[in-house]
Amino acid sequence: MSQPVVKILVRNLNFFYGKVQALKNIHLNILSNHVTALIGPSGCGKTTFLRCLNRMNDLIEGTRVEGEILLDGTNILAEGIDPVQVRRKVGMVFQKSNPFPKTIFENVAYGLRIEGRHSKGEIGEIVERSLKDAALWDEVSDRLHRSALELSGGQQQRLCIARALAVKPEVLLMDEPASALDPIATQKIEELIQELKVKYTIVIVTHNMQQAARVSDYTAFFYLGELIEVDRTEKIFTRPSLKKTEDYVTGRFG
Amino acid sequence: MKKKWTERLGFILLTLSGSIVIALLGIILFDIISNGIGAISWEFISQPPREGMTKGGIFPAILGTFVVSIVTILFSVPLGMCAAIYLHEYARAGRLTRLIRLSIRNLSGVPSIVYGLFGVVIFVQTFRFGTSILSAGLTLGLLTLPWTITACEEALKTVPMAYREGALALGATKWYTIRTNVLPYAVPGMLTGTILGLARAAGETAPILFTGAAFFLPHLPRSIFDQFMALPYHLYILSTQHHAIEEVRPIAYGTALVLLILVLFLSFTAILVRYRYRKKMKGSI
Repeated sequence: MSQPVVKILVRNLNFFYGKVQALKNIHLNILSNHVTALIGPSGCGKTTFLRCLNRMNDLIEGTRVEGEILLDGTNILAEGIDPVQVRRKVGMVFQKSNPFPKTIFENVAYGLRIEGRHSKGEIGEIVERSLKDAALWDEVSDRLHRSALELSGGQQQRLCIARALAVKPEVLLMDEPASALDPIATQKIEELIQELKVKYTIVIVTHNMQQAARVSDYTAFFYLGELIEVDRTEKIFTRPSLKKTEDYVTGRFG
Repeated sequence: MKKKWTERLGFILLTLSGSIVIALLGIILFDIISNGIGAISWEFISQPPREGMTKGGIFPAILGTFVVSIVTILFSVPLGMCAAIYLHEYARAGRLTRLIRLSIRNLSGVPSIVYGLFGVVIFVQTFRFGTSILSAGLTLGLLTLPWTITACEEALKTVPMAYREGALALGATKWYTIRTNVLPYAVPGMLTGTILGLARAAGETAPILFTGAAFFLPHLPRSIFDQFMALPYHLYILSTQHHAIEEVRPIAYGTALVLLILVLFLSFTAILVRYRYRKKMKGSI
């Protein structure tokens, strides 16, 4: 296996909601084609951190960010960087699946229509491939032009993944993608993550310790806005360096 | 024991209030329909008034109200929608935005005669549109604007944030997101509110009194710079200003009924639009 490449380099990241500091001095390397899990108790800043990576926090009024996030060497927080372009490279799947009230086909095609560069045939091909990549094609191929809202919760979340994949991002951010799903649907999403990391760099926020252990290569433990420890996942879960991390992953607090 | 007794009393009072309101509305409706139905005929809605408005129909008034309403829509709907999109989607929450919103709420409570005077000064005199369909339509447009903006903003509020975030996360620009993933779901709600505002405007007399409505015209308006006859004003004249009030009472009732049907028709359209919108939100587009 070739030497892992650092896809995202986070340096000295601070984030504020008004006067409240939500992230303190975060340093983190995210490796290409690996799954990085962000764990920690509620309110520890892991979702805030995730949303910094595609500048979704820009949408929240009264927030401020300091530091650097280098995506392939370019600081995406720099002035003059268009967040719209950042989001085309860094896709996102939300905690609550949010299919648009359109057809299954139109949901997946939505991102493709934004730039309007693709022909009708191309869009059809990409929609099919994205649905296949999201392991949903077999379940929906006969009803592409039915409403996406008719799908089950697990299917809706995989549709959202397909929708994110269609625009060919390089990084995929997942914010507790399986928290609202039953165990079978969760398993499908987890298997999917394993397949997706071949092509994409994945960052996943999860509350579920077992899930982090199952799907991720690296795990970062956040606590009260600080990044406490980051290491290979098996190390975090078997012999972490810090007492606090051990207490959390063994369920002694949080 | 005591609690039960107050509960009962409350229930009785509420039921009574409800019944009284419904009964009053029922009486008004019954009065207008029973007295007005006799006047309604094809001639009544297709002919101009004759012999000092004691005979003939009210066609010019129907046409006038219709045309003025169109001017009102063309003015207030695009402007109101755009203002609401700005306020809800673009404006940063701050003192200025709060002030603007407060002003809009207050404007919706300003008496319509004030709009009428404003219309005279601005449209009739300053812009030199004269007393005309245009001036009256714009004045009514101003009157409905606060309602339109508020209704449009409410409609935008019903579109889940997740639709916006989902689209933005796919690399859509803000305007693209609004255009393709917010407005399609908000427009029917916007229209509902707008139509109801229009229904109110169509029945107003004060704003058109000085800005373009005429007592009587021997001919139909030839352009939007002409004066016009309107249903509510016609009704006002027939029931208070006419030299033979008793004689024209049936015509007044007929006019009231036509106006009522027009407003009901608009409200019904609003309900229909909302019904289709709910179905659309559940299903696919």
